[in-house]
Amino acid sequence: MDLYTRRRIANAVVMSLSIGATAFGLLWLVLVLWTLLENGIAAITPALFSQMTPPPGSTGGLLNAIFGSVVMTLIATLVGTPTGILAGTFLAEYSRGSRFGEVVRFINDILLSAPSIIVGLFVYEVMVVRMGHFSAWAGSMALAIIVIPVVVRTTEDMLNLVPNALREAAAALGSPKWKVIVMVSYRAAIQGMVTGVMLAVARIAGETAPLLFTALNNQFWSTNLNAPMANLPVVIFQFAMSPYADWQVLAWGGALLITLTVLCLNIGARALASWSTFKQ
Amino acid sequence: MSPNDTAARLGVPPELSDRGLGSPEAVPSQKAEIRNVNFFYDRFQALKNISLPLHDKRVTAFIGPSGCGKSTLLRILNRIYELYPGQRATGEVLVDGENILEPGLDLNLLRAKIGMVFQKPTPFPMTIYDNIAFGIRLYERLTRSELDDRIEAALRRAALWDEVKDKLRQSGLGLSGGQQQRLCIARAVAVEPEILLLDEPASALDPLSTQRIEELIAELKDDYCIAIVTHNMQQAARSSDYTAFMYLGELIEFDETERIFTHPTQKQTEDYITGRFG
Repeated sequence: MDLYTRRRIANAVVMSLSIGATAFGLLWLVLVLWTLLENGIAAITPALFSQMTPPPGSTGGLLNAIFGSVVMTLIATLVGTPTGILAGTFLAEYSRGSRFGEVVRFINDILLSAPSIIVGLFVYEVMVVRMGHFSAWAGSMALAIIVIPVVVRTTEDMLNLVPNALREAAAALGSPKWKVIVMVSYRAAIQGMVTGVMLAVARIAGETAPLLFTALNNQFWSTNLNAPMANLPVVIFQFAMSPYADWQVLAWGGALLITLTVLCLNIGARALASWSTFKQ
Repeated sequence: MSPNDTAARLGVPPELSDRGLGSPEAVPSQKAEIRNVNFFYDRFQALKNISLPLHDKRVTAFIGPSGCGKSTLLRILNRIYELYPGQRATGEVLVDGENILEPGLDLNLLRAKIGMVFQKPTPFPMTIYDNIAFGIRLYERLTRSELDDRIEAALRRAALWDEVKDKLRQSGLGLSGGQQQRLCIARAVAVEPEILLLDEPASALDPLSTQRIEELIAELKDDYCIAIVTHNMQQAARSSDYTAFMYLGELIEFDETERIFTHPTQKQTEDYITGRFG
């Protein structure tokens, strides 16, 4: 068998294995989505968006949980995004080559991969225990702690992709450093940075463990950030584990809702990444 | 080889080899003086005891093989090297009598006075208009119409106005390489610097764009002190008044371009410009 034939066979084998592995991975994703759709679509009714979580045996919706999830995700994003962007800017623009920067980057990477239940326990200790009760604030902070390392990392990575030649060109005009960063580096990296924030939001939208220890849950409509607040992940957890059929249907509905939201955020992030503001 | 042979081998047109300095001002005034400058990348010494003058309203070319330190020398003149830790310069660079290597000097003000154009075009990710306005807005408060005028003037100077006047609100990234480079030159002259540093401004461009850039340099030298780094011997011969030949971090020879290309005193210089090494 000559070399060329052997290479063609090797190529065919590797390609088949790669396609097989891809199909294997996709299969589970499709199955998960399919199961969700099959079980959850029945629960997607106007009532789901207009009524509160019901006691067992009566009808209801997920309005308070949807509201709680949106509020806590929003606060976490508002806290986590500026913190993350500023820290990422420090790492990429100010701490180049410094030992302190290395240490910060290393710690951030640890935080990035820390299990979310640890974050939940931490906030439980420092906020819930001291305040004496569960609260939406605590839930928001736990989610913010998850947002920060994601945004730090993506901001730094995106700023590192901005060519130094661009910074030099701006500095060569006599521009102070902060202006180089804001006017040039950020503009060049903005899509990637926004993508990072959207991925962070997608991640916290489905986090259960940190909320279980912090915001807990609330059966009723509540806008009090100092009180426990309902949220989709914990409601899904509670309802799915329950023996009641109508609760289980609502859990499926909530799960489908979160999945679709996360899917939309991810698609949005990808679309944004590929869409260039300056392609005209 | 006789000097005239050297000129002929280089394809230097005869009118160039017997032209004077081509400018009404017979004795150019000195704009800057580099004195005993050394430069270090960490422990590596990239420049060794360089001294040479830069004349006002003249073009000074730095030539030499890759790694000889010519770009490094240019980057000292606006202290852009200070963006990177571990790079340092010693010695003196006097601009109008003031040593710009002095610690504590305001680098932003220095760089506003000494413009730079880089090898690769570096348009900012913003509109053509904003690309030019960026530098102007840093140090001047202008009304809308004044700013418009300045931007038009800068683009006209860079011979770009006719090509972009209908798309000032479009991104600078959408221009061709040659147009982008002229945009960068327009951006640099818009802030009205006193010295213009050009770091291989045409090396990434096609011959036609290169020609436009050279025409531009010829025009700009009426108003500026220009220093240009180039790999292109013909370009140095065509567009400069003075030439510095550098090799391995040392200044081998500095003289009027005409003399360097016709009667080089150093063997190394002659070998390099005739293409025998480098």
